[in-house]
Amino acid sequence: MERLNLGDSKRINRRRISDQTLHMIFLACTSIGILVLMALIGTIVMDGIHRLSPDLFTNYPSRIADRAGLKSPIVGTIYLLLLMAPLSFILGVGAAIFLEEYAGRSRWVRLIQLNISTLAGVPSIIYGILGLAIFVRGMNLGRSLLSGVLTMTLLVLPIIIVAAQEALRAVPKNRRDASYALGATKWQTVSKSVLPSAMPGIMTGVILALSRAIGETAPLIMIGALTYVAFLPENLLDSFTVMPIQIFNWISRPSEAFHELAASGIILLLIMLFIMNIAAVWIRNKYSKNI
Amino acid sequence: MEAIIQIEKLNLYYDTYHALKNVDLDIPEKTVTAFIGPSGCGKSTLLRTLNRMNDMIPATRIEGSVRIGGTEIYGEDVHVEALRKQVGMVFQQPNPFPKSIYDNIAYGPRLHGIKSKSDLDGIVEQSLKQAALWEEVKDYLKRSALSLSGGQQQRLCIARALAVQPDILLMDEATSALDPISTLKIEELVQELKSTYTIVMVTHNMHQAARVSGQTVFFLNGEVVESASTDVLFSTPSDARTEDYISGRFG
Repeated sequence: MERLNLGDSKRINRRRISDQTLHMIFLACTSIGILVLMALIGTIVMDGIHRLSPDLFTNYPSRIADRAGLKSPIVGTIYLLLLMAPLSFILGVGAAIFLEEYAGRSRWVRLIQLNISTLAGVPSIIYGILGLAIFVRGMNLGRSLLSGVLTMTLLVLPIIIVAAQEALRAVPKNRRDASYALGATKWQTVSKSVLPSAMPGIMTGVILALSRAIGETAPLIMIGALTYVAFLPENLLDSFTVMPIQIFNWISRPSEAFHELAASGIILLLIMLFIMNIAAVWIRNKYSKNI
Repeated sequence: MEAIIQIEKLNLYYDTYHALKNVDLDIPEKTVTAFIGPSGCGKSTLLRTLNRMNDMIPATRIEGSVRIGGTEIYGEDVHVEALRKQVGMVFQQPNPFPKSIYDNIAYGPRLHGIKSKSDLDGIVEQSLKQAALWEEVKDYLKRSALSLSGGQQQRLCIARALAVQPDILLMDEATSALDPISTLKIEELVQELKSTYTIVMVTHNMHQAARVSGQTVFFLNGEVVESASTDVLFSTPSDARTEDYISGRFG
């Protein structure tokens, strides 16, 4: 080599300029998203922060703003979560195990697969209509907590199935081979080798699906949960309400005081979502070391 | 000496691809047999036929006879779980479970119903000793198997395979992902294990075949070209293709 060839510097400068311009454009794209979120959180906090008090947790909804609280919606949301979580986990993970490990790759299986992926994107109000037809009317469960739980389970099921399938698929094949080569049956391999490796991914998917569910309003309005509930549900067939419904209810009232209450309800809901998302990240990090 | 593995007129197809052609082969008990040959010659396929790991590949079809200990392993009344307990396997890449060293070894015995802690303790210790790993890990049995080095992981996988007390151990290029020192340790281990187990190994490394095996089988395009004692096959091969391969003219 006689001399290091530095190339056509004009051309390289032009390439660098386009590189930097795009860098700025991408930064702008990110900033727009973040700014909108900040503005949203900012206005809600300003509206609602002074309404955040212990009364919010201990008072039932009321027509008088100063006495109104979120006791029954908070408890309703927690009941809904606690009942939904095991039900959707068992059904969703069970279906994912079947599809991923047992079903093979026949045309039927691929058709079912396509349907599940499509269902994951169906508008939630459709699930409300389904729940109204099947659980509220068809099975005569009424506008009960149980109807709500079953409807919401249907809603999150496709999301959980898809997430769990991805987690199962990510388990390396050689780990299955190791188990089969020792004389394991399919279920022994799945339960002792595949599932433990896939569990962090599955749990993350389940938590994210549940956190979507606690923010859902439409399907529950559809099955008739939008009522004034000034008591806690005592059994599965009692009526119930949840936080987003109460927030929706307050926002649709004309008085400013109720709008502030709605804002404080949104803050609580956001905090709940935030905690659930942190839990999902924490689980992923804690267990991904072992994979 | 009665052969523990008897293969007769074995043909294997992956869908339409004819992967093994009319293989006849006897493997005597308590010996080390090496399968050599260029990539895609069918040596791994034959190895995976012996513990029926090929069953999991869709559209695999088998004709002919494979008998182990006198039993037709593709017979209808054979439970593949029981077969694989008798015929252990070690893979190319060390594949320990993301569990503790102890739980890796105890995995197999637990599958087959051994629950008592003292039994498992005994099996873990004995298997690790057989795999020459005990001294290195005896104080760290609760540690994750993934914290071991590659060579240690592979010896752990050998110990794991031995823990279900197989008669036959299949090794599918078990040293090809390892450094020379770890490879040497595993070769020494194979020498010790052959007094107790029948070992069948696939290897890309002809020197390895020459060093450790008593019998060598040379494969080409799905056929067994030559099968002889290792000394004979490497010094006076009877087939010209074998000679070309071992002298490095192709492959």
